[in-house]
Amino acid sequence: MRRPSLLFLNVIIIATCGLIYELLAATVSSYVLGDSVTQFSLIIGVYLSAMGVGSYLSRFIDKDIAERFIEIELAVAIIGGLSAPLLFLSFAYLSYFGIVLYTLVFIVGTLVGLEIPLLMRILKDKLDFKELVSRVLALDYAGALVASLLFPIFLVPRLGLNRTSLVFGILNAGVGIWATWLLEPMIPTRKLTLLRVKGFIVVVILAIGLIKADSLTTLAEDGLFVDNVIYAKSSEYQRIVVTKGKVGYSLFLNGNLQFNSFDEYRYHEALVHPGFAAFNGDAKRVLILGGGDGLAAREVLKYKTVEQVQLVDLDPAMTQVAYSVPALGELNKHAFEDPRVQVTNTDAFVWLDNVSTEPFDVVIIDFPDPNNFALGKLYTTRFYNLLKQKLKPDSAVVIQTTSPLIARQSFWCVMKTLEASGYTVKPFQTSVPSFGIWGYALAKLQPFDTPTKPPENVELRFLNNETFASLFEFPSDTSKPDFDLEINRLDNQALVRYYETEWRRFEQ
Amino acid sequence: MNLSRRELLTTFLGAPLALAACRESPRRFPDGDIVGQSAELGHILRENRTFQVPADNWETKRVAIIGGGIAGLSAAWQLRRDGVDDFVVLELEKEAGGTSSSTQGPIVGYPWAAHYLPVPFKENVDLISLLNEMSLLDGVDVNGEPVGKEQFLCREPEERVFFKGRWYEGLYLHAGESDEDKRQYAEFQRLVDIWVNWRDAAGKRAFVVPVEQCSTDVEFTQLDKITFADWLSQNGLTSERLHWYCDYACRDDYGLKVDQTSAWAGLFYFCSRVRKSGVESQPFLTVPEGNGQFVNHFLTKVGDKVRRSQMVVSVVPTENGVEVITLRNGELRGIRCKDLIYAAPIFTAPYIIRGFQNDAPFNAAAFQHNAWFVANLQLKDRPKPRFAKDFPLAWDNVIYESPSLGYVTATHQKGIDYGPTVLTYYYPMCHDPVGRTTLFNYDWKQLTDVCLSDLSRAHTDIYELTTRIDIMRWGHAMISPRPNFIHSGIRERAIKPYRNIHFAHTDLGGIALFEEAFYHGLRAADVILVGDRG
Repeated sequence: MRRPSLLFLNVIIIATCGLIYELLAATVSSYVLGDSVTQFSLIIGVYLSAMGVGSYLSRFIDKDIAERFIEIELAVAIIGGLSAPLLFLSFAYLSYFGIVLYTLVFIVGTLVGLEIPLLMRILKDKLDFKELVSRVLALDYAGALVASLLFPIFLVPRLGLNRTSLVFGILNAGVGIWATWLLEPMIPTRKLTLLRVKGFIVVVILAIGLIKADSLTTLAEDGLFVDNVIYAKSSEYQRIVVTKGKVGYSLFLNGNLQFNSFDEYRYHEALVHPGFAAFNGDAKRVLILGGGDGLAAREVLKYKTVEQVQLVDLDPAMTQVAYSVPALGELNKHAFEDPRVQVTNTDAFVWLDNVSTEPFDVVIIDFPDPNNFALGKLYTTRFYNLLKQKLKPDSAVVIQTTSPLIARQSFWCVMKTLEASGYTVKPFQTSVPSFGIWGYALAKLQPFDTPTKPPENVELRFLNNETFASLFEFPSDTSKPDFDLEINRLDNQALVRYYETEWRRFEQ
Repeated sequence: MNLSRRELLTTFLGAPLALAACRESPRRFPDGDIVGQSAELGHILRENRTFQVPADNWETKRVAIIGGGIAGLSAAWQLRRDGVDDFVVLELEKEAGGTSSSTQGPIVGYPWAAHYLPVPFKENVDLISLLNEMSLLDGVDVNGEPVGKEQFLCREPEERVFFKGRWYEGLYLHAGESDEDKRQYAEFQRLVDIWVNWRDAAGKRAFVVPVEQCSTDVEFTQLDKITFADWLSQNGLTSERLHWYCDYACRDDYGLKVDQTSAWAGLFYFCSRVRKSGVESQPFLTVPEGNGQFVNHFLTKVGDKVRRSQMVVSVVPTENGVEVITLRNGELRGIRCKDLIYAAPIFTAPYIIRGFQNDAPFNAAAFQHNAWFVANLQLKDRPKPRFAKDFPLAWDNVIYESPSLGYVTATHQKGIDYGPTVLTYYYPMCHDPVGRTTLFNYDWKQLTDVCLSDLSRAHTDIYELTTRIDIMRWGHAMISPRPNFIHSGIRERAIKPYRNIHFAHTDLGGIALFEEAFYHGLRAADVILVGDRG
């Protein structure tokens, strides 16, 4: 054996990589399944016990120890290196994510557990037992410290989970290949070449993964989104992505931010409560159009007087995302499990046209911004005329109507469209840091006074008596433009054109 | 690809596509059939036999109407509006409707030919009264012009065109146009505007619907002597994309190429639906089943008078009226009526009207029709865009390099933007001098192959998405306004009654439009009603 001291360097890298894989698995699972205490605890437990299993199994390896050691190192490199992308993909596409997760953790743990005993046996003839144990174990634990410091400080913020995983896989394989030189005297030449070829293949696979990381859809989203992608699914209608960052979870539809858990309460309180404030009496029947994330429903359900909530959202994958990503279920307080809530998955335009129901007291409309014609129809005079059939004279409607700052013409086009459809409209706005200045319409079929206070006896984090009235004030840069705007109709789709022109200025 | 498939695709879609399709392996075919249009039935008439009706198979009616298309149904509607109840409509096919036929599908209805109607000008009071009866209008604007209800006005995006791998908004291809193209397009618009604004000494417009209301000033009627292609080149309009645009317009409205269409008819297309220069063309009223909605409405009013699968084999003018002989299931029946409204294609008159050839006031054979085929494709989902920013599915979707007219999306107007839909694909046989013969030489499978090969240029997934294709072959789809027809004087002669036979068909306008059929249906009914009041 050449230069045994260098082999100790191997120990520290093996230890670092092993712990990194463990941390990756724990982080991914706590991102996607939530409840990080449980996830970290379980992953560490499974991983350590698997290492014990590996250590135990090492006794069954009698021959060609050096060769086995390198093979195991390469196996750890490929499995551990691909672990994070594999976990994300399996979470997005498989229903039995837990099985994949713990199997993966167990396999990596077992392999890592095999490594140290084998290495100690390789080194046993070079050092006395006392020296061997003290050096190997010291370095092993030192490696763990390196990993635990690097992971949160440098790796996750700079590389992201997928790249960290792939980079450490490559490092791991590189060390394996290096060991073929260090252990050259202990391995027959023919087998040495074979080992190096295997090592080379592992490095190439992981390197391809690293290079292709951007072109693979899911991995590409790592580049697209600042935060880590913890859920990604292409439904029949849209691409749904959930990310987790420092300040919370974000939901994206076709790349457009729908909310960030850090400040979504501002958006949703402003979306829901002005409608209740404007309705005279206790609202019993509430209609939510869009709002598949369940956050508007969460606000609505704060009212004990509400007896029935009909939610119409196009995409079943959207209304089920709360089940798929438990963190979102916690965020919407499991609104869809409330017996008062009825979820219907269909296009709201078609639903209004075809389904007759009793009228509703409050209607909350929370569609994505009108960035295509299929969405643009949901902001037309035709749509608002169809909606009338679901309203009583006193019913209150609140509609999210994009940013009056970024898309001023679009915002006021919706107000004009509502007025043209026979509604009295009170536009209002608020600030949602992750969106910017955001706008809404409060509308009724009859003239009404602008509400001055939020409803009483409702727990609110954002709205209060002091500032509520100011929602309805518009500074000069968001106020109604002094030139004529078109009314958005099915046969002109004027809004989609305004919107596209206004938002295009912000695209690269 | 075998030789016959290459020949088929070359015939219908041109050599380049046939070669491209050559590389594709044969694909799975969807289900489907040739539907409607009993060509064999009609062709029995060519034999010109005489028919003996048993004496007790005769009945008497005040009026008989031959043809249950828009003209015949409009005439019936008018008769009933004016209190005449003693009439019957005789329809050859199993269902009334003619080229406004439609089928009701599981999601929406879909058309077999005509699929929209421009909102009429305020002067067209009869048509406006029909549209009001159908609740399609939302009153009038400040100028007294009728306004269509939003849900019936063609929803945006109305049209898109596929060119070199990409969809673009609109019908005229702006992408990649040169300065000269732009200049010529502007010049073309300027010339159109001149005709839009022009009025003759009597205050008549140059081009307006119905054709009967157009000025007969020689300045315009002489445009009927040349082709639209000639007119374009006389005006220095040689831009390829402008030529394509005009050619598309002619194929779409007339089933003729730009060099087969009368210049008068070509300009009629661009000028007749524009109220005044600078304003948009009149918006389209449309529903998924297309002009089938008018057929269905007429049937609610006069459906009890419509007899289906009635082949009129002979019409015999007599001293005090007309005798009509029909054949159904081998049984001959006779109807004696005072007046007959002949709302079938005019070219059939010599085959049906006894003695017509001997003292014909006009040459019926001059009313030439062209052939089309229309395919309705049932799709289980929408074609996937090739890239994110491609222009999305529109109502009318046209492939620039195709001799077809592309397809119309049935679910568009209802706002049903996801999931299954029906596409109606139109193909006029104008590229083939013997188009009708060619069309009937091919069977369902071959025409399906043409349709899918054509659409696969723009939608590579069309084979996987299409679950069923039904095809209707229209041997005599609509009147061809070739040069020297509309203003040759023949229409005026055909409009006059022949004995007690009143011709009423869109043919008489020289242009196949709902408004023409409706106008002539009402006109024929009115002539009879006026006669009654004496």
